[in-house]
Amino acid sequence: MSTYSLSDGLASGAPRSSRAPLLATWLRDSGIGVLASVAWIALGLSCLWWEDVGDWSRTHSLGIAAFVIAAAALFGTVGADYLGSAGRALRQRAPWLVALGAFLTLWEVATAKFAWLPLPFFPPPQAIIEVYTDDLPKLLDSVIASVKLQLGGYIIGAAVGFLTGVSIGWSRAVGYWVHPVLRFIGPLPATAWLPIAFFTFPSSWSASTFLIALATGFPVTVLTWSGVASVSSAYYDVARTLGAKPSFLVLKVAIPAALPHVFVGLFMGLGSSFAVLVVAEMIGVKAGLGWYLQWAQGWAAYANMYAALIVMSLLCSGAITLLFAIRDRLLVWQKGTVKW
Amino acid sequence: MVAAAALAEPIVHPSVGAALDIEQVSHAFDIDGAALPVLDDVSISVEPGEFVALLGPSGCGKSTLLRLVAGLDKPKAGSLREDEARITRPHPSRVVVFQDPTLFPWRTVWDNVALGLEAQGILKSQRQRVDDALDLVGLASFRNAYPHQLSGGMAQRVALARALVNDPKILILDEPLGKLDSLTRITMQAELVSLWQRKGFTTLLVTHDAEEALVLAGRVIVFSERPARVKADIRVDRPYPRHRGDPYLADLRRQILGLLGLDATW
Ligand SMILES: Nc1ncnc2c1ncn2[C@@H]1O[C@H](COP(=O)(O)OP(=O)(O)O)[C@@H](O)[C@H]1O
Ligand SMILES: [Mg+2]
Repeated sequence: MSTYSLSDGLASGAPRSSRAPLLATWLRDSGIGVLASVAWIALGLSCLWWEDVGDWSRTHSLGIAAFVIAAAALFGTVGADYLGSAGRALRQRAPWLVALGAFLTLWEVATAKFAWLPLPFFPPPQAIIEVYTDDLPKLLDSVIASVKLQLGGYIIGAAVGFLTGVSIGWSRAVGYWVHPVLRFIGPLPATAWLPIAFFTFPSSWSASTFLIALATGFPVTVLTWSGVASVSSAYYDVARTLGAKPSFLVLKVAIPAALPHVFVGLFMGLGSSFAVLVVAEMIGVKAGLGWYLQWAQGWAAYANMYAALIVMSLLCSGAITLLFAIRDRLLVWQKGTVKW
Repeated sequence: MVAAAALAEPIVHPSVGAALDIEQVSHAFDIDGAALPVLDDVSISVEPGEFVALLGPSGCGKSTLLRLVAGLDKPKAGSLREDEARITRPHPSRVVVFQDPTLFPWRTVWDNVALGLEAQGILKSQRQRVDDALDLVGLASFRNAYPHQLSGGMAQRVALARALVNDPKILILDEPLGKLDSLTRITMQAELVSLWQRKGFTTLLVTHDAEEALVLAGRVIVFSERPARVKADIRVDRPYPRHRGDPYLADLRRQILGLLGLDATW
C-alpha cells in the first residue's frame, strides 16, 4: 500500500510542484504578517474577553486599537507589493510586530485579567494609555522643560568641550595649564557637584545647566583633544609645503581630521548628560520628566512612571538618532560608519 | 610677516624651474640623547629645469634631505638656496609629493587638488587651475570622489595634481611611484617625463630603483650608507623617450649597482 501511495504521490507530483513554490513564496512573504495579525487579534480578544480585575477606562479602546493594528498588519503585509517602500518596510518589521503583539497580550493577561503580577507595581497597558490621554498636558510640559534644560546644557558643554579640546591638542601652553585641571575635575561624576551647585548658583535651572554642561564637556574635551593630537604629521607637512598658515592648519587640517573622535565624545557626553538631567530634575528643578517620575512615585502612580519612562527612552533614543544623522552628514567621507 | 609677503608676490615665470644649491649640508637626529648623523657634508648644485634623481640605500637620509629642501626642517650645518634665496621655511614654489599620497580623506578629489590655492587664499579667482590640473593627470571625471574610492595609482596622480596646481619651481618627489604595481609605474614614469618637459620645473626625485632613475633623470646622484655622502654624480646623456633596453643605460645601471655594493650579482 505504501508503495502505491508513494508512486501516486510521484505521479501527481508534477502539477503540484508548480503550485508548491507559489505557496512557499507566499508563506515566506506574508506568513509572518499573518502571524503578526494573529498576535494582535489575540491582544484584542484578551482585552475584550475577560473582565478587568481593576477599574481601567481604556480597556475597550485598547481592544479596538489592537484589532485595527491586526487588520493593518494583515493587509499591509499581504498587499505589500502594492504599497511600495512602505510595504517593504512593513514586511521587514513584521517579526517585531509578532513579538510586540505577543508581549502585549501576555502583559495584558498577566496584569489586568488575572493579576499574576502584583498590581499597583505592574499596571496593564490600558493604564499607561490612560496616562497619555488624560495626563497629556502635564506630561507635555515636562517633556518641554526637559528638552529645554538638556539642549541648553548640552550645547554649552559641547561647545566649550570642543574649544578646550582643540586648544589643548594644539597648544602646549594651554595643555600645560588645562590638562591637570581636566584630570582632577573630569573623572568626578557631575552629579557629585549637585549639592554645591544648587546653593552656589542663583537658580536651580542654571545649576542644572552647569552640571549638564560639565557632564557633556568632559568626554567631548578629552576626545577632541585626542583626535587633534593623533592627526598624522604627514597631513601638516603636506599643508605646510602648499603654503598653509597656522590658522589653516587648525581649521582645515586638525579639526576635520579630529571630527570622528569629536563625535564619539559628543555621543558619550549625551549619555552622561541624560543621567545628570534626570537626577537634577528629581532633586532640584521642579519640572521635567525626572521630576514627573519623582512626583508619580510620591503618589504611587506607577502607570504614570512607566508612561514617563517610555517617553524618556524615546527622547534619548531620538537625540542619539539625531546626533548620528548629523555625523553621517558631516562624515560622508568615512567608509563603514555604524548605523544606529 | 615674511611668509605672507612672499606668498603675495606674483610668480613671474611660473613655468621656469629654479636653481637649487645644497651647500655642505649636514644633519643629525637626536635619538634618546645620542646624535644620529644622517647627512654628512652634502653639496649638490642643480640647474634650473634639471631632472635629478637621488639614489641610495634605504635609510641613508634621502627623505631627510628632501625635507630640508622643502623647508620642513632646518639643517644642523650648511645652507640650502633656491635661486640664491636661502630656504628657511616651506613655500609653495617647492612642493613635495610623498611616497604615500597623503590625500585628505575628508576632502573630495577636487578639494584635495585645490588645497594649495585655498591655503594661499587665491582659490576663488583661480578655480580653473584646479580643473586644469585634474585634466592634466586625467582624473577630471573623479573630481567629486573621496580618496577611499580611488586606487593607489589614481591617489598618487591626485597627489601629483595637488602639487602641480601650484606651478612649483621645484618639484620634490619622494619615491612617489614606490608602492605602485609595475604597469602603473611605467605609465606614470612616462607621464612624469612629459609633464616635466612641458612645464620646465626643476625636479628632484628620490627612488630606490636604478632603472627608474636612468629612464627619467638627466643626472643620477648616488649616496653612501648613512650618514649620506655624495658617492657619485652621473650624467645621463640620452634623449627622451628612453628605452629600458638601451645598452648605454644598462651599462650605467651596472655601474650604479656596483656603487651600491651589488657588483657580485650583476
Ligand atoms: N624625525 C626623525 N627622528 C629621528 N630619526 C629620524 C627621523 N627621520 C628620519 N630618521 C632617521 O634618519 C635616517 C634616515 O632616514 P630617511 O631620510 O627617511 O632615509 P631614506 O633614505 O630611506 O629616505 C633613518 O635611520 C631614520 O631612522
Ligand atoms: Mg625615504
